[in-house]
Amino acid sequence: MTTAMKKVLTGNNSVSWGVKLSRVQVISAYPITPQTTIVELLSEMVANGELEAEFIKVESEHSAMSAVIGASAAGARAFTATSAQGLALMHEMLHWAAGARLPIVLANVNRAFGPPWSIWTEQTDSLAQRDTGWIQIYVESNQEALDNVILAYKIAEQVNLPVMIVLEAFVLSHTNEPVEIYPQEMVDEFLPPRENPLYVVEPGNNYAVGSLGGPDVYMEWRYKMQKAMERAVDVIKTEGENFGDHFGRKYGLYEGYMLDDADIVLVSAGAFTSTVKYTVKHYRKETGEKVGVLRLRAFRPFPHDALREALCCRKKVAVLDRNISFGHHGIFYSELKSALYRLKDDKRPPMFGYILGLGGRDITPKDIREIIEDVKTREEIEEDIIWKGVKP
Amino acid sequence: MSFWYNQVPMEENFNSGHLACQGCGATIAMRFALKALGTNTVVVIPACCWTIIDGAFPAHAIKVPLFHTAFETAAVVASGIKSGLRIRGKGDVTVMAWAGDGGTFDIGIQALSGAAERNEDIIYVVYDNEAYMNTGIQRSSATPYGAWTTTTPEKHPEDRPKKNIMEILAAHSIPYQATATIAYPEDFIRKFKKARDIRGTRFIHVLSPCPPGWKIPSDVSVKVSRLAVETRVFPLYEIEDYGEKYTINYWPKGLPVKEYLKIQGRFRHLTEDRIEYIQQFVDRQWEKLVLKHKLSHGTLDNIPKNVIYR
Repeated sequence: MTTAMKKVLTGNNSVSWGVKLSRVQVISAYPITPQTTIVELLSEMVANGELEAEFIKVESEHSAMSAVIGASAAGARAFTATSAQGLALMHEMLHWAAGARLPIVLANVNRAFGPPWSIWTEQTDSLAQRDTGWIQIYVESNQEALDNVILAYKIAEQVNLPVMIVLEAFVLSHTNEPVEIYPQEMVDEFLPPRENPLYVVEPGNNYAVGSLGGPDVYMEWRYKMQKAMERAVDVIKTEGENFGDHFGRKYGLYEGYMLDDADIVLVSAGAFTSTVKYTVKHYRKETGEKVGVLRLRAFRPFPHDALREALCCRKKVAVLDRNISFGHHGIFYSELKSALYRLKDDKRPPMFGYILGLGGRDITPKDIREIIEDVKTREEIEEDIIWKGVKP
Repeated sequence: MSFWYNQVPMEENFNSGHLACQGCGATIAMRFALKALGTNTVVVIPACCWTIIDGAFPAHAIKVPLFHTAFETAAVVASGIKSGLRIRGKGDVTVMAWAGDGGTFDIGIQALSGAAERNEDIIYVVYDNEAYMNTGIQRSSATPYGAWTTTTPEKHPEDRPKKNIMEILAAHSIPYQATATIAYPEDFIRKFKKARDIRGTRFIHVLSPCPPGWKIPSDVSVKVSRLAVETRVFPLYEIEDYGEKYTINYWPKGLPVKEYLKIQGRFRHLTEDRIEYIQQFVDRQWEKLVLKHKLSHGTLDNIPKNVIYR
């Protein structure tokens, strides 16, 4: 087997390479910072003939999502990318893509919503698309970004649901890391051309897709979407393992770091988890206290069973949310609380929800260390939001 | 000269059942369109009357694949389908977006403008019934001056002229545009066949009488379409050569606009001075169109005055 080549790539260009290696056939996108360099490299790849694809340069994100819906319905493998305002503009069509059961892959580069205008990272944009029927996977590194584009198609085309890969603005999107780029043949073996689509809009297939579904039939469609989401839990797990066997990097529903024996578990998603891991490693070395990290990868489907098992009987759990649901609290925190509700009282750890790093505010090892110290002082949940780093 | 019966194909790509109102212009228009285009065609339909007309799941009135999509996306979903088919080696398939005036003049104009500017290889048809008929006759930017709708009541009827969608598209420099009505099937079918064989964005504006919305009896849809042409309210013409060449396909009799207005309940409240105002507006628009024909051809002599099928 030919060996992989190493390149120094930004997170965004790692996504572009993932798209190229997945032999995507139709790409459509609209410029928005910090996503833009994903599609800049892709348009070069298409123009150079390195990637045999059509690139539809649309006039809005709403149209970008609509174009890939059309392309995917016509049997092609389709990709788009966006951030924040663009993702919100797509919202209507995110529902349409999932409802039409199309295995589209979208890379969302997390960015905070305006106003005030911000181009910096925050997870609220993607988390706000929670109920659209999209699978969501949060990545931590550039390598993981590339790998998970390939993995995303593998998952999407089995369950007939679209997949959103989520990476953080600048922290990942514009930061260079060495990334391994697999030989094309190796990717082709893992991800063959799109097989067995649910339907294809082409002559000979004389049916109407998406026609009026009255109350007598509508509910069954939604039931089937939920069943597909439930199945996706197993598919993500299995294909993540297969990916490991094939490429040497295994991916799960979540990632544990110093987790096995941890009494206090910090839960987070995305690239800032690297800072959490770094701090925990040093903290353990210095204090000997059993602190560990659980990094969420799959947000939809939310892997309740796996997380319940992972967090059962821990002494304390702290959830670090770079996002907020106004009028409630941190989104990962509230999701995790609902997942752990089924644990018996004596097995359910007290949970503490921290909100930090909104609008790209730096999350430093000092912040994480202070959170660990703070968690140690707490026994009962007294408040659902513990703000970290808000200026007085 | 050939006659209508060999210009209208016998091929029927429309099943006998559908959910349209009696006398629906949009239904007859689809029947003619599919006769012209044949079955190597796929259709994209956004929210509009045709969302219903084709039938509720699992019914399907037309004999080609249909993809339903959201209100403002017909042009771009059709573009995506075309790209998807082309990259899969099926570039010969005709992809037709079929939208109402709301989905074209209003909410869909951004996606349509984008597709036209990129010269996407699609046929975009607007069946224009001049209001939001599917939601219950609310005004759109295609509603003509003076018309009653449920949101422009008789005490304050529509007070702005209809948006000139043909000129908007002409400004996009696309290879082919045409107007058509169901009163002239030979002309209608000729235009769809011509459009089918041109590459790039083709735009066809079909006037589509709506018996409940226009308050006309269901047996006069064809008659009112013919009157729209003969009064020059809706002239039959083509724009070719990327927005440059205007061709009037038929020289109308120039009947008074009143003849067209008076048989429609939606104009019943109009006073003589308002009718005169509309007449002047129609005359001005017609004169401009005639000038464009003359500019394109150097003469008016080539405009047929009796028959429009060639």
